[in-house]
Amino acid sequence: MAMAQKQHYVVIKGTKEGLNLVLDDTCSFQDLLGEIKEKLSTQHVKNTDGQSITVHLKIGNRYLTESQEKQIRSLIQNNKSLAVETIESNVITKKQADEERKNTQIVSVSKIIRSGQVLEIQGDLLLVGDVNPGGTVKATGNIFIMGSLKGIAHAGANGNRDAVVSASVMEPSQLRIADLVRRAPDQQVSHKEETECAFIGENQEEIVVDRVQVLTKIRPNLTRL
Amino acid sequence: MGDAIVITSGKGGVGKTTTTANIGTALALSGKKVCLVDTDIGLRNLDVVMGLENRIIYDLVDVVEGRCRLNQALIKDKRFECLFLLPAAQTKDKSAVQPDQMKKIITELKQDYDYVLIDCPAGIEQGFKNAVAGADKSIVVTTPETSSVRDADRIIGLLEQEESIESPKLIVNRIRNHMVQNGEMLDVDEIVSILAIDLLGIVGDDDNVIRASNKGEPIALDPSTKSSIAYRNIARRILGESVPLLSLQEDRGVFSKVKKFFGIRS
Repeated sequence: MAMAQKQHYVVIKGTKEGLNLVLDDTCSFQDLLGEIKEKLSTQHVKNTDGQSITVHLKIGNRYLTESQEKQIRSLIQNNKSLAVETIESNVITKKQADEERKNTQIVSVSKIIRSGQVLEIQGDLLLVGDVNPGGTVKATGNIFIMGSLKGIAHAGANGNRDAVVSASVMEPSQLRIADLVRRAPDQQVSHKEETECAFIGENQEEIVVDRVQVLTKIRPNLTRL
Repeated sequence: MGDAIVITSGKGGVGKTTTTANIGTALALSGKKVCLVDTDIGLRNLDVVMGLENRIIYDLVDVVEGRCRLNQALIKDKRFECLFLLPAAQTKDKSAVQPDQMKKIITELKQDYDYVLIDCPAGIEQGFKNAVAGADKSIVVTTPETSSVRDADRIIGLLEQEESIESPKLIVNRIRNHMVQNGEMLDVDEIVSILAIDLLGIVGDDDNVIRASNKGEPIALDPSTKSSIAYRNIARRILGESVPLLSLQEDRGVFSKVKKFFGIRS
């Protein structure tokens, strides 16, 4: 009867997506490991025929260090034919939070980026000024230029293919989004006198330049109201 | 205490030395006490353009290395009592002088002169760093060529990083009017819109400038040429006067002037 009195630290729920393991966030980590081990070894989880079941961990207000996370993952994956897909926690470290804030912030800069100068930004860049030929702006997010872009702009520098570049005067020598590059045509073409934007087209193969209004449709995430 | 103005361009051969010599001459014409400093060690030219080459006894490096006093190295101009030149050494290279030594010399010169004009060598290396070290103001010279404008842009970027220097001013040199009209050359508005700094003056392409330089007589001395007027106007703007930009249009005789007066387009 000792078992019955014990508090349940681990609640297992079966859903369409697989198993949800809701883990208590007030007990010690060791207790938690113990109970996971016990629960998974009993009748709760039946062995499937070689097919792995995806597991979603919900750990509430507990923060798992890297080694703890490893421990839990290996414990679950070793025991049965289970695969941990997500670990959901309500808490993150200050460092992670700061990083996330930086990646989503809009940095405004009022400057002319001249030949030979490089401006690198974490997050979105709002440049009030020009990028002259030979100058470079680089951002992990989107780039918005209120002025003319005649140099190089690299949006989504960390690989974000959804990033866009927009400029009041779009005459770049080169455009880069994530890992794609587009350069200006060798012949000079007369440019449009309206704000334009550049993004990776639907085929995911090339950078497309179009009027800025199309962004409303193709990148609704730009609206953060 | 005077102003130290560095004249620079990034690219070589756009007319830094000619500009320095002529602005210096024009300022001297207005009665200002002017000292020209050539910092192009190893490739000095300013003395040649000023026609003072054979008067050099000591130079900038001699002053820095303590072989002579600053005043001994200064050469008085042939034509003006108030115009002096501190020549660069021809036998050394740019590394013979350090920025702080340069700054000391310029500070000393500023005590005695209204204007100290520093002729900067081409490039962005040691020579450039020496030339800008003591300057309070700067003039960027460019020609209406894409490559020259690109280098000017780079130089302006570097000058803007120097906290002790005011925002640079622009001189567009060697404009060929017929090419601009045919759209084959960048026009001044286009250059100013890219570089986004104040325009100090424009100078047309003029054979007389080369002729005068070869004779060691700066063109600013000869008021019959347009270039001379252009340089004098630049000097007046440096002195704080507001002078409208010179039109580079060729005069097409009295008849076209009359037509223009009546508003008839030729």
